[in-house]
Amino acid sequence: MLTYTLRRLLLSIPTLIFISLVIFLLLELAPGDPLADQPLTIPPEVRERMRAALGLGEPVYVRYWKWLVQFFWVEPRVMLDAWLGTAMAVGEQRIISWQFRAPVFDVIWQRLPQTLWVVGMAYIIGVLIALPIGIISAYRQYSWFDQIGTFVAMIGFSVPTFFTGVLLIVIFAVNLGWFPSIYDTTLRVTDWPSFVRQVQQMAMPVAVLALYNAAQISRYMRASMLDNLNQDYVRTARAKGMTEPVVVLLHVLRNSMIPVVTVIALGVPSIFGGAIITEQVFKVNGLGQALIGAIYANDLPMVQTLAFIFAILIVLFNLVADVLYGLLDPRIRYD
Amino acid sequence: MPDGATAVLAVNGLKTVFRTRGGEVHAVNTVSFRLRPGEVLGVVGESGSGKSVTMMSLLGLLPSPPAELRAGEVLFEGRDLTRLPPEALRRVRGAGIGFVFQDPMTSLNPVFTVGFQIMEPLRKHLGMTRAQAAARAAELLDLVGIPDPRARLRDYPHQFSGGMRQRVMIAIALACNPKVLIADEPTTALDVTIQAQILELVRDLRQKLGMAIIWITHDLGVIAGIADRVMVMYGGQVVEEAPVKRLFSAPRHPYTRALLGTIPHIRGPRAPRLRVIEGQPPILRAHPAACPFRARCAHALPRCAAENPPRFPLGGGHDVACFWDADTGAAREAAPREGGARHG
Ligand SMILES: Nc1ncnc2c1ncn2[C@@H]1O[C@H](COP(=O)(O)OP(=O)(O)OP(=O)(O)O)[C@@H](O)[C@H]1O
Ligand SMILES: [Mg+2]
Repeated sequence: MLTYTLRRLLLSIPTLIFISLVIFLLLELAPGDPLADQPLTIPPEVRERMRAALGLGEPVYVRYWKWLVQFFWVEPRVMLDAWLGTAMAVGEQRIISWQFRAPVFDVIWQRLPQTLWVVGMAYIIGVLIALPIGIISAYRQYSWFDQIGTFVAMIGFSVPTFFTGVLLIVIFAVNLGWFPSIYDTTLRVTDWPSFVRQVQQMAMPVAVLALYNAAQISRYMRASMLDNLNQDYVRTARAKGMTEPVVVLLHVLRNSMIPVVTVIALGVPSIFGGAIITEQVFKVNGLGQALIGAIYANDLPMVQTLAFIFAILIVLFNLVADVLYGLLDPRIRYD
Repeated sequence: MPDGATAVLAVNGLKTVFRTRGGEVHAVNTVSFRLRPGEVLGVVGESGSGKSVTMMSLLGLLPSPPAELRAGEVLFEGRDLTRLPPEALRRVRGAGIGFVFQDPMTSLNPVFTVGFQIMEPLRKHLGMTRAQAAARAAELLDLVGIPDPRARLRDYPHQFSGGMRQRVMIAIALACNPKVLIADEPTTALDVTIQAQILELVRDLRQKLGMAIIWITHDLGVIAGIADRVMVMYGGQVVEEAPVKRLFSAPRHPYTRALLGTIPHIRGPRAPRLRVIEGQPPILRAHPAACPFRARCAHALPRCAAENPPRFPLGGGHDVACFWDADTGAAREAAPREGGARHG
């Protein structure tokens, strides 16, 4: 398993380098000018110098190489410096956002906590709701619980989050006034009242996303449980005199979790990127909003870096899913 | 016939129906039989004759829905298993009656070690500690002839061959020294040498542990080698029951005779072609009101289409559910034995 993991990690390096090249070139070729929103009165020579200052004067391959070096060599050391208090990367050129005129990674570090809190929390809650619902729905197939679960799940993934989000805002923020409609990033949790306010502002975006996540995962859980409940080994467990909780929650669940864990692991990268719309609706300035903002502003370094980070996460969690699969299913041998 | 008091297991008028989308399937129709301590009862019959469903109904192992136990009682140690509360029934399953299922490849849980699966009933029913259960599990694997049992406890089912998995299933069924072992075609998936080994093993165990065994099989050769009594099933009912020698020497039901006729003989002139029973076994949509075998029967009488033959006792523990008398070659005169009539 360890050698398999290491081999996969090594193999993912060329994959990622190829992906980075594709991302870089695609964005390079896309129409758009970072100076488009500068006044038209700027004379052409000045405009040219501004372009040079942004690093646009150099050929594509030079810029790509520089970006790679900055991403893989400079930025990690900057991070280490910040954590360990060393000074390895002082004065080196970092990836600079055109829009903010500040290092891209500083912006990302600023935005990450909101995304993790809101979208990550929604994912965890979604999973925690989905698993029991899926288990009970399968065990009591066609019961009223299962019917309601099916109905809610259908709503959950067929109604888009921008609709449920706005609906919740209208009901709970505008009419009832229970929750704020805009997420306040500057809020610091220091005492009980500020904690309550934090919970209040997280409630709606978390609810919208959790519903969406729970809808999908509970369906997977249900289908997987149903597959396994009909297996012969379940009858064997009953014939041995095992109680229903042991049969269902040990024998069946342990088998059913194998594909579901994979789905959950594969969904983790979407925490970082997929919640773009919800972040827009609730004005949570997390990573999703950073990406949208950067696209509007033609902020190429920001878009490239964020897109590449998403790519890394996807490759990484694919590996995590495969490793988990191997750990959970003794029939899989990777060596 | 032995009475209910000496039988370890007595089944009376068992009836199981599946409610499916296409309507009802009457899989077990008023089946009655007795199992004496230490005896081996062979159960034969074509595919679909209701052998597995009968045995699973005994312990309530069929998923419900679609299965439904309509009538009958299953007396085990003086208690009716069909009316037992769930907790008491669970104590009988595994501890009192061990079950070996038909398909060894899928009957073990793929994600738990074989050791865990053998130890589970030991810890639940006999209250053993982990160490005691592990020791006993190794003993059981040794008993069913798996080499290096201690080490193999840590292996997963996929690391065992089909024959070995079947032995593991037998080890699980035997774990708590049950009074009754129900073995549903335990050797059909295996090659002949392994089959012989398992038969030997079961004969051995029966001697040592004195348990009663119900052995379901298609293989009449196996029955001849192992059973004391044989029960022939057709269309979800018992059509003939006899001591094994009687059944082979003097089969009385046309179905049994046809079944015995399908065995090719090694000695003697070779038949021009293998004999088969023409036609298909029925799928019963309602309780049989007539003999289910009549469409395929060479001796069918008008009465066979009008009424379902009850089991006529022939003496010496032999009975047959047929209106045609093989001895005279004509319709039967004798009245059915009391309580043998079948009413849904
Ligand atoms: N879940 C079910 N739903 C509907 N009908 C069923 C179901 N399970 C079994 N049956 C029916 O019950 C009848 C008896 O099946 P059973 O499995 O007992 O046969 P069997 O004698 O064990 O055959 P085999 O030798 O192939 O194992 C068959 O006609 C089958 O179609
Ligand atoms: Mg069967």
